[in-house]
Amino acid sequence: MAITTVPGTTRQPGRPEPPYPTSRRRTSLGRKVRDNLSGHTFLIGAVVCFAVFSWYPMVRGIVMSFQRTRRGETTWVGWDNYARIIADPSFWTAWKNTFYFTFLALVLGYAVPFFVAILLNEFRHARGYLRILVYLPVMLPPASALFLFKFYAYDPSEAGLFNAVLAALHLPTSEWMQSPGMTMPAMVLASTWMNMGSAVLIYLAALQNIPGELYEAAELDGAGIWRRIRHVTIPQTRLILALLAMMQIVATMQLFIEPLILANGAGTGDSATSVAYLIYQHGFFQNDLNGAAALGVIMLVVLAGFSAVYVRLTAKQD
Amino acid sequence: MPQDSGTRTLISQAQLERGRGRIIYWTLLAVVVVGFTLVFIGPLYWMVTGALKSGQEIAQTPPSLFPKDPQPQNYVDAWHNLDLAKLLFNTFYYATGAVLFQLVLDTAAAYSLSKLRPVFGNAILGLMLATLMIPAMVLIVPQYVTVIDLPILHLNLLDSPFAIWLPLVANAFNIFLLKRFFDSIPEDLMAAAFVDGATPLRTLWSIILPMSRPILGVVSIFAVTAVWKDFLWPKLVMPSPETRTVSVGIYAFAGGTPMNVVIAASVIAAIPTVVIFLIFQRNIMSGLTTGSLKG
Repeated sequence: MAITTVPGTTRQPGRPEPPYPTSRRRTSLGRKVRDNLSGHTFLIGAVVCFAVFSWYPMVRGIVMSFQRTRRGETTWVGWDNYARIIADPSFWTAWKNTFYFTFLALVLGYAVPFFVAILLNEFRHARGYLRILVYLPVMLPPASALFLFKFYAYDPSEAGLFNAVLAALHLPTSEWMQSPGMTMPAMVLASTWMNMGSAVLIYLAALQNIPGELYEAAELDGAGIWRRIRHVTIPQTRLILALLAMMQIVATMQLFIEPLILANGAGTGDSATSVAYLIYQHGFFQNDLNGAAALGVIMLVVLAGFSAVYVRLTAKQD
Repeated sequence: MPQDSGTRTLISQAQLERGRGRIIYWTLLAVVVVGFTLVFIGPLYWMVTGALKSGQEIAQTPPSLFPKDPQPQNYVDAWHNLDLAKLLFNTFYYATGAVLFQLVLDTAAAYSLSKLRPVFGNAILGLMLATLMIPAMVLIVPQYVTVIDLPILHLNLLDSPFAIWLPLVANAFNIFLLKRFFDSIPEDLMAAAFVDGATPLRTLWSIILPMSRPILGVVSIFAVTAVWKDFLWPKLVMPSPETRTVSVGIYAFAGGTPMNVVIAASVIAAIPTVVIFLIFQRNIMSGLTTGSLKG
């Protein structure tokens, strides 16, 4: 689930200090020694899990990408894995598809939740109901939801839900997943439907933190609705907007289950192959875990690049 | 919703109550309520009723709104052919274990980092939070390699529930949520417990945990839904048909099973998370927003 933390984004200025002393000076030496001993005892379980399943695999992934294991023998091979993975004819297609998906998801999946949240925030009725509706798909197992899209919505004949609606409106129908040009938009549509709920709720919470006086002042100055959105709503929520943009890029770049289920992996004419799917292909079908690790490292570098841009942009705004 | 009645939003209350504003407001509200119901419940209706249609009816154009000749048999077939009882039991078992492991180990760790503050505690917290930046797909291969041959112990965890439980403990978001909650519990309570001679474990058990029920609830719900929704990891580490989770099981059968039966199985697989959501929606939504907004 795409949830991350925003340390300090909405820390109110002038929040009162806690009434109790927070410094450690007050604690006695005896308690300090004992807290240290038991402190590490309490930590050990989680630390071991982090070490074995997070920290170590991170290092191992980088190491593996420079090694090759064949018949139980591991040798150092320098950049060979990278060269092999880049030479894969699907490599550039996968990146192109992944970027295209990320771009479409930003256009559709990023703007829509924000405006939905603004709209929902204005309603004085049915608020709880609308929130539950928007969040409901987030709770479905993605595999279930995607089978629904695959079999009932994206059926290329007019028996499919979308084509039936299009035909009823006398609009041209589509082959959906069977037409290479529609593959990505169809996947973005399904993915947005499944995932937008969390973004909407996060925006709603952010909107409720905007002081009402700002809108009042803007209105007194004669600002209409659109100008109020532009000059009050967006600046007031810009940190959350930037953070969710970043989180969404990281999440959509890992596109995997949509192509796997909707397009049986690669889709018509490689139109659905994603980088994550390529990692899976190499690692678990072509028996090339080292190549898959190298592709993972490439993905990490690309995403770290996005994060660096994000950090620079948000730092500049402050 | 409680805190927002009376708060000024984009459009003022007065404007919404005046003649034209009122008409627009009610029209828009009606359009949105109907539209959202169609967009978000519609597909679910289509799914539940579609699974009741015969293979012939599914292929007909235009599709029918109500199943003409409902075939509950599809659900029965899904239940038996896919052995859904077994798949659901597996998933439930993994979810329960995941909740227990996360509650015990992550709560203990967050308590230690928040209240006991041992040496290097901040460095460890930093390293834990840093994992939030690493995309899951990047780790999937080395994590898999680690699980099939655990360092030092050289155990193979494939098909063992520990392969699902233990990696989920390494959840920095839980640590962050819990630590932040514990941080808000006054230090005086700790000091008082210490004066009374309570051990740190006793303090955690008798003072901290009873105060932390809401946050423990949020962590548990997220743990259950994470296991229920996860796909790739259980697919990799639970390769045998006997140990599969429900999502993976349906995927494995999708190729050779009629599609209305696959959809019927998907409906059944979705029921537990939807029910959990409808029961705990308040906790889920507040957990989601506190975690992301208040630093």
